[in-house]
Amino acid sequence: MRVNLKQQIMKRKILLCGVLALSAAGMMTACTPVKEYQKNRLNDAEMTLSSRKVEKNESNFQSYREGASGANGGKTGGGCGCN
Amino acid sequence: MKRICLTVVGMYFMLLHAFSQVTRDSSVFRPRKLKLDEVDLVSSYYTQNGDHSAVRGGIGSEKVTDLANGLELKWVGWDAHQRKNTLTAGLGIDHHTAASQAYISKTGASRRTDGLRLYPSLDWTRENERKGTSFSLGAYYSNEFNYQSIGFSAGGTKKTKSNGELGLKLSGYFDRVKLIFPSEFEPAYTSAGGGGREDRHPDYGSSPRETYTASFSYTQVINTRLQAAFLFDLVEQHGYLGLPFHRVYFNDGSDLVEKLPSNRFKLPLGVRLNYFLGDKVILRSYYRYYVDNWGIRSHTASLEVPVKLTPFFSVTPFYRYYVQSAANYFAAYEQHLTTDTYYSSNYALSAFSSHFFGAGIRMAPPKGLFNSHLSTLELRFGHYTQTTDLVSNVVSLHLQFK
Repeated sequence: MRVNLKQQIMKRKILLCGVLALSAAGMMTACTPVKEYQKNRLNDAEMTLSSRKVEKNESNFQSYREGASGANGGKTGGGCGCN
Repeated sequence: MKRICLTVVGMYFMLLHAFSQVTRDSSVFRPRKLKLDEVDLVSSYYTQNGDHSAVRGGIGSEKVTDLANGLELKWVGWDAHQRKNTLTAGLGIDHHTAASQAYISKTGASRRTDGLRLYPSLDWTRENERKGTSFSLGAYYSNEFNYQSIGFSAGGTKKTKSNGELGLKLSGYFDRVKLIFPSEFEPAYTSAGGGGREDRHPDYGSSPRETYTASFSYTQVINTRLQAAFLFDLVEQHGYLGLPFHRVYFNDGSDLVEKLPSNRFKLPLGVRLNYFLGDKVILRSYYRYYVDNWGIRSHTASLEVPVKLTPFFSVTPFYRYYVQSAANYFAAYEQHLTTDTYYSSNYALSAFSSHFFGAGIRMAPPKGLFNSHLSTLELRFGHYTQTTDLVSNVVSLHLQFK
């Protein structure tokens, strides 16, 4: 019974990864050529593809209070966060 | 604390006068020596409360306050090969208070309930705009009473022909954890006077902790309004990964110091999608899946919606949802068995979900604010709740001078 449940969970995970990979691949092939002069919106300071400086300390406390960290373009070590 | 605030205010005013007028003849390329180009100041005040202190084995106050101030100076120059060189020097100073620190002494009598953290950093980037490549090096240091860390990084990026960019960054952190044990586990030591043992002990030992990370990124412009980033880290940690003053109480009432495996492998995978909707609204979305070999699986999803009330003034509401499963080594107060190999009652390793929401404002007029070098002002407030009953608030201010 437990083995079946694990298998089902694994199948769902594989399906989810497949859907994500296909979505990413679809997105990449759907790219349209964008010239430099057409990037005025993309170059807006709030369109940046990383955490903003004002969020730095929020990311710090989240990485200390939660089990997960990383994949956000920030630091991945250093500092205790002991308290 | 007052001294830190006054120092920071003093630095703000000094920086207002730190820039000089720069004129460049754009028709002919000339190398330019490094010149101060940008100064950033980020200050945050964080408060937290909860009832699952790891110092007391999963019970007791988790009250914390933290005032963090960071200064970053950026110099930019071009060499004879038309490569852009950027040197960034940073200095951070945090002051915190933590109610749980008093309970490093079993009776709650430890006098040290606050602390300072200093963390300077240095980054250098060389960017070749013609080739679409960049190379960077970084060095970091962090020092607080019970923890020292030194870190290095090296990275590079390469633009693709289809408006994409590949990035790789390798970093290593070499930390030392000072072995401050709860008072009942300290070796016998006789001294005159009362107070917490950590104030009296002449020399603590320390234990190493190492973190190695390979961070991969790929960013892609999808159309004139949409761009994406795929982020992927491989993180390996070795050494003393628990904290020596975290207690664990077992089901027979006895207690010991938290014990966790000496290695941990983390695998976070993230994706960002930013979309410019119409002329005034931006949708900034982020999703991360995380897995590690301690048994934690987590999902993070967030959405920020900057609304441009004018081209230079925006309001940004945001929401973040986080959920994780428990680490294999976590159990609550008096739930661990004495036969367990590894044990911890740190609720950061428990199963929970959290909500984080708030709003921010951003002002960035083209001629600066108040007719000064202050080019950008951002203010942001967030409220955080965990299903473990932990509640916190954080307010942050970012000032950028150009």
